[in-house]
Amino acid sequence: MTARKPRIAVFKFASCDGCQLSLLDAEDELLTVAELIDIAYFPEASRRVKKGPYDIGLVEGSITTPHDVERVREIRKVCRTLITIGACATAGGIQALRNWKDVKEFIRLVYASPEYISTLDRSMPIGSYVHVDFELRGCPINKYQLIEAINAFLWNRKPNIPTYSVCVECKLRGNVCVMVAHGTPCLGPVTQAGCGAICPSYQRGCYGCFGPMESPNSPSLSRHFAEIGQSKRDIMLAFRGFNAYAEAFRKESEAHEG
Amino acid sequence: MKTNSTTIKVDYLARVEGEGSVFIKLKNGVVADVKLKIFEPPRFFEAFLRGRKYSEVPDITARICGICPIAYQMSSVHAIESAFGATVDGSLRSLRRLIYCGEWIESHMLHVYMLHAPDFLGYDDVLQLAKDYPDIVQRGLKLKKVGNDLVALLGGREIHPVNVRVGGFYRVPDKKELQPIAERLKWARDAAIETVRWVATFTFPELDQDYEFVALRHPDEYPLNEGRLVSNKGLDIHVREYEFSFEEEHVPYSNALHSILKGRGAYFVGPLARFNLNFDKLSPLVQEIAKEANALPEIRNPFKSIIVRSLETLYACDEALRIIEQYEPPEKPFVDVTPRRSFGFGCTEAPRGILYHRYRFGPEGAIEDAKIVPPTSQNQRTIESDLRNLVSTYSSLPRSELTWKCEQAIRNYDPCISCATHFLKLEIEQE
Repeated sequence: MTARKPRIAVFKFASCDGCQLSLLDAEDELLTVAELIDIAYFPEASRRVKKGPYDIGLVEGSITTPHDVERVREIRKVCRTLITIGACATAGGIQALRNWKDVKEFIRLVYASPEYISTLDRSMPIGSYVHVDFELRGCPINKYQLIEAINAFLWNRKPNIPTYSVCVECKLRGNVCVMVAHGTPCLGPVTQAGCGAICPSYQRGCYGCFGPMESPNSPSLSRHFAEIGQSKRDIMLAFRGFNAYAEAFRKESEAHEG
Repeated sequence: MKTNSTTIKVDYLARVEGEGSVFIKLKNGVVADVKLKIFEPPRFFEAFLRGRKYSEVPDITARICGICPIAYQMSSVHAIESAFGATVDGSLRSLRRLIYCGEWIESHMLHVYMLHAPDFLGYDDVLQLAKDYPDIVQRGLKLKKVGNDLVALLGGREIHPVNVRVGGFYRVPDKKELQPIAERLKWARDAAIETVRWVATFTFPELDQDYEFVALRHPDEYPLNEGRLVSNKGLDIHVREYEFSFEEEHVPYSNALHSILKGRGAYFVGPLARFNLNFDKLSPLVQEIAKEANALPEIRNPFKSIIVRSLETLYACDEALRIIEQYEPPEKPFVDVTPRRSFGFGCTEAPRGILYHRYRFGPEGAIEDAKIVPPTSQNQRTIESDLRNLVSTYSSLPRSELTWKCEQAIRNYDPCISCATHFLKLEIEQE
């Protein structure tokens, strides 16, 4: 019996292309993966277009234009399973920093010919417009987590992606805690694992690429930041980064405004 | 006389980084209109950089492009250090060059093998190509991986590396850590030579214009991080003079600004420009292989950029090996900087060409104003003029073939639309 290969499509909204690039960066796995699945729609890699429906849709980027709202709704209709990949698709990305500005004023300041541009007031995650089956974190995502997520959905099982904090990864690597040992502010205690604790391994504090872990105690971390000499503004900026609009980080940065 | 009007449309350009389309109108076989439309939504980086601390800037600008984050980090740190009067030299300077070599290898091999070569051989993508040429595609993937692993070794990960900071690095490697990658770079150097020989056998469509090539030029080395901005038509300026010579125009049909040379118009940045202007600075090995491939300056056919990208990959392997061989760890992983009210300028050679950053800082080192000009927005006008010429030359071809040729011509520039679109903004006037 030869089963039909599962069809996968890759879609892009406002983003840097880095998360979908992770698929092409899986140099050792790419050709094997391509034997097992049919990459039916992936414009960054192929000019060939196979029409939907698709078994899995991978969505990169955030929704920032009226046109993209319509587009993501159409995409949802043709994908049996929809997986968002990365901080833009999952939390609005770094471009969600606009969400705290008056966009009309912002555009007037910034654009030579604002009438050429169509944009929404806010940069929002995919999940605020359509149902999402699984959200893959990271700025960028971890390519092995991507392969795990695809694999899991093809076999109808839950992806094995931990939701504990970066601290656990630091312990597993045997890192000395940069905050305890050097007083370096580190978002590790409130950030979801997945990167492999690379920042502390390179002697700097975590800056929250993977967004809030499952049960973050952000106010407690903020109090500690203040104790080690961080200003209110420093704390606000720390939480207002690549996952600024993820709820736990958004509330914490707003608590330190002004 | 009846007017015979036709249009060629590619609604979603494939095998480029980002979202764009092309529109060409022919009247009686003559090109009437060409538009490269970029509909990638704007992300407003220059606006939201305002108020951010100088120390955050390299991490933020990296997010403009997942394919060339090192380029953004390098232009950022150079601009910031120029503002604060800091100099980074010796081993730290070499390490920056080394990580940039990794990005050139990764980005160029992605483009040569996965995005561009399929056009020359008539395949839709690299996966189709791999069915007929598995060994060649494996070689390309392995080469790309060496570049990515070099970036990950020095930067922590290949996409949005975490180890670059203003003044240097958070952590520097010792000599021993660099040895395993050196062994693989020796393999990569040989594989890059094979790559040059392979792509040199391709058939190149005819296209030749009298371009103005613009690139950095440094007295001692092939340009990556530093140099003066020069052209084959007499431009020779300091990086801080960039905005006196170049300006940006906002066109209604594109979400990316078009850069032009004031009073002269379109210009050409990227591998071909670097190669033509700096051939004498390439290592003897690269020059020898270039001669063997009959690829000597001045190359004016943009389709041959695939040969030059392969030669630059060879150079990046050769240069990385030289740096590793001479490397002595610095005493400290970074030099200290002192923020001050200031302007700073940085321009480095991203894989796709010059990437210009200019910042203004307040007294505490927070950004007050930022301007970023990526390579793809500088090449847009030239891409349109290439399409005009190409369509005139090949207007008798069947429509599908001509359309594909146009797509291929755009991919000559390895356009990174994600980058180009994040800079919609024109100069901000301060009141």
